[in-house]
Amino acid sequence: MALSFLDRSRTVAPPDWSRWLVPPAALAVHLAIGQVYAWSVFKPPLEGSLGLSGTQSALPFQLAIVMLGLSAAFGGTLVERNGPRWAMFVSMTCFSSGFLISALGVATEQFWLVVLGYGVVGGVGLGIGYISPVSTLIKWFPDRPGMATGIAIMGFGGGALIASPWSAQMLEWFGTGSGGIATTMLVHGVVYFGFMGLGVVLVRVPAPDWTPPGTPVEQAGGRTIAVSANNALRTPQFWLLWLILCLNVTAGIGILEKASPMITEFFRDTAMPVSAAAAAGFVGLLSLTNMLGRFVWSSTSDVVGRKNIYRMYLGVGALLYLAIALTTNSSTLVFVLCAALILSFYGGGFATIPAYLKDLFGTYEVGAIHGRLLTAWSTAGVLGPLIVNAIADSQEAAGKQGPDLYGMSLLIMMGLLIVGFVANEFVRPVHPRFHEPGVGGSEGATAGDPAKEGR
Amino acid sequence: MTEQRSEEPGGSATSPVAERRRGLLVLAWLWVGLPFAYGAFELARKLVQLFGA
Repeated sequence: MALSFLDRSRTVAPPDWSRWLVPPAALAVHLAIGQVYAWSVFKPPLEGSLGLSGTQSALPFQLAIVMLGLSAAFGGTLVERNGPRWAMFVSMTCFSSGFLISALGVATEQFWLVVLGYGVVGGVGLGIGYISPVSTLIKWFPDRPGMATGIAIMGFGGGALIASPWSAQMLEWFGTGSGGIATTMLVHGVVYFGFMGLGVVLVRVPAPDWTPPGTPVEQAGGRTIAVSANNALRTPQFWLLWLILCLNVTAGIGILEKASPMITEFFRDTAMPVSAAAAAGFVGLLSLTNMLGRFVWSSTSDVVGRKNIYRMYLGVGALLYLAIALTTNSSTLVFVLCAALILSFYGGGFATIPAYLKDLFGTYEVGAIHGRLLTAWSTAGVLGPLIVNAIADSQEAAGKQGPDLYGMSLLIMMGLLIVGFVANEFVRPVHPRFHEPGVGGSEGATAGDPAKEGR
Repeated sequence: MTEQRSEEPGGSATSPVAERRRGLLVLAWLWVGLPFAYGAFELARKLVQLFGA
């Protein structure tokens, strides 16, 4: 049967398979689904051709993000059970179908089909696709899990980098009327199906007795960790990491959400005001540092340890927020550098979390645990913009201008990061009573303090 | 334990299978690397336009 091609048993790698083929398989999926952050390219044409408001045209994106969190949380166990090829196939089918259904919706001027297609069906593709390669990469790179997941999750950040100019170019070719948008979406569906197909075909899981070349992973004589997803939810470590991710993401989104108006307002009454064009460039720069931070900091965590890298994300992040609050509009360079570093820590926080989970819970069901932890992302996605926008609005109503509009938000973000920093200090190895009996070997991770994990 | 001798980039194995694997490796990285390079180039162009002007 053709579908047996998707079975986990069919994806076990032959002995001469290169593990360096797995990151491009993961990237084929993550670079595609990262398109979601370029949805804004479709907003103005959709509003023009279907007569929608800004709030309405944002609905497919918002629903897609909600579905990402839900499907990652509830589909994680299925992904673990059925394997990465099945998961990538589901992701490819849903994400591409989402575009095709949306194309039909735009062509027939039925906006609900766009919401259903891109938001619901495509959103499931996002969630399953996001977690699909994580545990596989960690199993292939037990010696460098931070780097491996950093590559894939960097791809999610890079997806918008590709989709944004590409989608804009296609809309220019096909037109921004309903026919042009529908054709553009149709092409997106077909092209992403083919592009993600490489991941489906290429992904392999290592054989149970496989070990990485070179220095063996410290397993001989070591106690191994294997915690199930259900048990992980009962540990304080899971909820501490949930809190850390939530606070780190909230603090990052605080800047990301308002980057353009923030820099413009900050320097409005100075000798060197920031133009709208330069503010757009600032947003581009933040996207770049967000993406690079995912790879650079996550890879660094393999050397310095997960706990230490989160000390940096949260502790140095808080100091950077303080620096912006204190220097206000005295230096554009300081503002841009601090914001760029904060965004790199934001990306790093996302990319390093799977390796942190692996250190604490082992690789047994790390994909499912990661999926459940992503609910912290959904929560932060609401919290971050809510805090910054609400405070900026209230300060504006109080007649404040310039940096004063954001002073309170910056201090709140700093406070959130300090709480995250303290939470990180409480992270300890998981108690053995939560471990799965009789599971170990290559399926587990060596027990140890996360601060010393990952050399 | 199964060890993979030819699995790191630049591995020394020269069998036809190893050759094919190397070709596949190059193709796979180009598959994801080229679109990524296009995106990075477009962003760099935008940044130069905005900050360099």
